[in-house]
Amino acid sequence: MSGQEILLRVEGLHKSFGGVRAVNKVSLNLFKGEVLGIIGPNGSGKTTLVNIITGFVKPDSGRVFFKSKEITRLKPYRIADLGITRTFQNARPYYSLPAFKNLITPLYSPRVKRASGGKLGDRDAIAIDLLEEIGFERDAYVPYKVASALPQGYLKRLELARCIALRPEVIIGDELFSGLSMSEIATMVPILERLQMDGITIIMIEHRLRELFRIANRIMVMNFGSKIAEGVPQEVMQNQVVREAYFGRERKAVA
Amino acid sequence: MPKERRKERIDRGIKVRTRGVYALASPKELGYLLIPRLALILGMLLAPIMMPDLYWQRVVCMTCLFALLSISFDFLAHFTGLVCLGGALFIGLGGYIAGSLNFYFGLSPFLSIPIATLTGGLISTILLIPCVRLRGIYFAIVTLMYPLLLARIIPALNILGGTDGLAGIVTYPNIWMGSYLVIAVTLVALFALRRLVTQDYGLVLHSIKDNHQAVEASGINITPLKAQAVFIASLSGTFAGAYLVHMYGWVGTSLFALDFSILPIAATVVGGSGSLIGPLLGSIILTPMSESLRDFGPLRIVFYSLVLLVFILFKPEGLMNYLERKYHQFERWKDV
Repeated sequence: MSGQEILLRVEGLHKSFGGVRAVNKVSLNLFKGEVLGIIGPNGSGKTTLVNIITGFVKPDSGRVFFKSKEITRLKPYRIADLGITRTFQNARPYYSLPAFKNLITPLYSPRVKRASGGKLGDRDAIAIDLLEEIGFERDAYVPYKVASALPQGYLKRLELARCIALRPEVIIGDELFSGLSMSEIATMVPILERLQMDGITIIMIEHRLRELFRIANRIMVMNFGSKIAEGVPQEVMQNQVVREAYFGRERKAVA
Repeated sequence: MPKERRKERIDRGIKVRTRGVYALASPKELGYLLIPRLALILGMLLAPIMMPDLYWQRVVCMTCLFALLSISFDFLAHFTGLVCLGGALFIGLGGYIAGSLNFYFGLSPFLSIPIATLTGGLISTILLIPCVRLRGIYFAIVTLMYPLLLARIIPALNILGGTDGLAGIVTYPNIWMGSYLVIAVTLVALFALRRLVTQDYGLVLHSIKDNHQAVEASGINITPLKAQAVFIASLSGTFAGAYLVHMYGWVGTSLFALDFSILPIAATVVGGSGSLIGPLLGSIILTPMSESLRDFGPLRIVFYSLVLLVFILFKPEGLMNYLERKYHQFERWKDV
């Protein structure tokens, strides 16, 4: 992937919560147009890393650059305004609103206003079209249902739709697949592939490795807050350190 | 063996909507939507005429004032996620500004009320901007603290009439003008806010309540939006304060009384939150009831509390939400 444009650069990020080093000197490059998977056991600092990149958590040290402009410590809405958007680990939509009204907020944002040049049109219609594209069956009135009545699979897609509506350059998906059935994941994968074809760069935090490896170009592995491996999927899973992090050290035969 | 039956609920067809537009097919369906609204408007307009004496006409005015406060409480609490106990702050600021304008500069109520409404709204917003970051109970406590603070500052510095207040404020030429002014403003505020919360702007405010982090992740700065919501809500409160001062012809620190902050919550609980009509209905029930209980003397507050208790125990969702559900659904018994 070298020689490509670096979209997002993270340099030596560090964050401690009390005595716990949640993110420990993590550096990474994100290339334009790729899908980067971030994996690692629970508590390895993946979500904290994303929270720092998107501005929800302030790092103790280290810097984040987007298109060679520093974005460390910017407010979350400023970072989103630049085009880095994210889903949240626990899908928490705007529960009391119908699904399509959930997309009004991103469509109302200054970023979309700028992108559309003030000629956006009817936000409701755009929202419903977008939801239909992402698999909310209009004929069955799914986009009109109140978000609190939707099953988990739709909620995760709604989270993703909220990101897409912002017309972002980078989407960071925090466990988009978790809690979904195989068939629900099967409907998600083509959506992500299409996003990549549209030129959107994607970071995916995942525990569902098999599905992730189908779409990720590169994998980064974290454990105890540090980056322990990086590379193409097959390579990474052969890595001894990664195997130990996931499966534990192979025990020597006890005499 | 007795035949078992259960209640079947069917939504009326009119609730089926396409693209946010009611599909109205007949005058009957139009009436179905219009009649409750017209009944409310007509009822409010006829109220002062039907009252037996001046005292009860004043009660109508007080009901509208509490309705204004309750509507703005519901708007902030249910549609923006800010629990605001600032009713006393709004009333006090609006009242003192209108009273001072009239007392020191001789402005007529028709000038002092609009000026006090706007400047009072601005001042309350400026006072509350540092705290709009706070959520839930923290914001509530700050809004509760301001009126206490101001009610002490005025006597302590002996400004604006100090402990005695300012007397001799110009009152309305007659009770009709007074009552119809406040009724009109209440209705306009109610329907304007109801319209606002269904607009895209209102939906963004509502989204802040449901999940403020997701709104920030959508590239929207929520602090100015919350401040705007506080300003919109404070307008109806400051108007109520300015109106109250010109009704009694007197300004005093009792404008910062806790009642103005607490009663809107009671009205919202009784009427039901989330429709903006509910708080209005709650005020229409509670304010006259509180007046008619005056005969009981010291026991008044006991009966008042008992009624509140009954409402909270038996209709926790609020009267309006209950009525609305009944209105929108057919019910029939079905054999099982």
